[in-house]
Amino acid sequence: MEKAKSITDKDIQSLVGNLLRIGVYVSMGIVIIGGIIYLLDHSTEKIDYAAFDLNRVSLKTVEVIFSEVLTFKGAAVVQFGLLMLIFTPIARVIMAVVSFFLEKDYLYVLIGLIVLSIIMVSLSGGFAH
Amino acid sequence: MSVLVFTLIVLVGAFLAGFLGSLTGLGGGVIIIPLLTLGLGVDIHYAIGASIISVIATSTGSAAAYVKEGLTNMRIGMFLEIATTVGAILGAVIAVYLNAAYVAVIFGCILIFSSLMTLKKKVDHTTLEYTSKGAKFFKLNGSYPVKGVETPYAVKNVAGGFFMMLFAGTLSGLLGIGSGALKVIAMDNIMRLPFKVSTTTSNFMMGVTAAASAVVYLHRGQIDPGIAMPVCIGVLIGATIGAKVLIKAKTDKLKIVFAVVVTILAVQMIYKGLSGGF
Repeated sequence: MEKAKSITDKDIQSLVGNLLRIGVYVSMGIVIIGGIIYLLDHSTEKIDYAAFDLNRVSLKTVEVIFSEVLTFKGAAVVQFGLLMLIFTPIARVIMAVVSFFLEKDYLYVLIGLIVLSIIMVSLSGGFAH
Repeated sequence: MSVLVFTLIVLVGAFLAGFLGSLTGLGGGVIIIPLLTLGLGVDIHYAIGASIISVIATSTGSAAAYVKEGLTNMRIGMFLEIATTVGAILGAVIAVYLNAAYVAVIFGCILIFSSLMTLKKKVDHTTLEYTSKGAKFFKLNGSYPVKGVETPYAVKNVAGGFFMMLFAGTLSGLLGIGSGALKVIAMDNIMRLPFKVSTTTSNFMMGVTAAASAVVYLHRGQIDPGIAMPVCIGVLIGATIGAKVLIKAKTDKLKIVFAVVVTILAVQMIYKGLSGGF
């Protein structure tokens, strides 16, 4: 019984480790591609980040980023990559919940769901205004 | 300054921040924020948004390596993430209403505290007294490999650790940093975990915590692709190389030099905050 459990834990750890690595590589790849497009289009423009402007960045929500990325504008592709990066640790929580469920550790399924729902409420924009 | 020049300067600066942050254990975020605000005149809100993205990239990258070694306690991580994510969102929302000058002053204080913590000699607090009811209920006691032998450890004061994590999460969300120093205090000193377990578990939680506040920053428009792009690429490459060098290098002297530099930056942040520069 004890032995079977430790093998399951090791499997989960290896799976989670791979997920995190792939997530970081893929999202950073997208950010780099977006960065190149962005520089090709805007490299000579002047920057001014001296004051915070609520309306400067238009790519603020999941829906807008997902629809704008199809235009292949640099900023939109970068923002899409950053969003994938944000999703990576969140996907890790989802995977851990599934794994705890397979292990029949329902207490930790519940704890994982609590963490997930906190992030989901935030992702829906509930705390930004 | 043109977009190209700005991107290149930030890329190099972020690389150095990631490299030194990983060598000294301070993290890249605490260096990139002063660099952007003091060095390049970027508004602190954008600097924080970019920094939190780099925290996700570096902590997730190194967590991938740690978790496979069996050092991370997934249950402790998951349990304490309730505290850190609530704290992170709280901190990010407070940051919206708090004057930038106050954010800069708090940032400076935490920076000084964190750099002192990297110099402090670590004391092993581990115990085998399985007396904590909370640890038993939440199945937090565990074991980890020491030179190939699975060594058990008992977890103490779960409630105390939980509240310290709530505080660490709030600062992380407020300032856009990983607040690794505070997380390690909660786990080493309060919950009595072995160093290797606390460091790796803290790192593991950092990504989820940072993602929770990054989402709030994203909705607020604080994550500008033009800044976040060079910051996260530079910090991630720097931190990856830093981690490789760390295995070979002796970092004691470097830590002292770095603590002095960081303290000077921190004092400047506090001064600029108090004199109305933000």
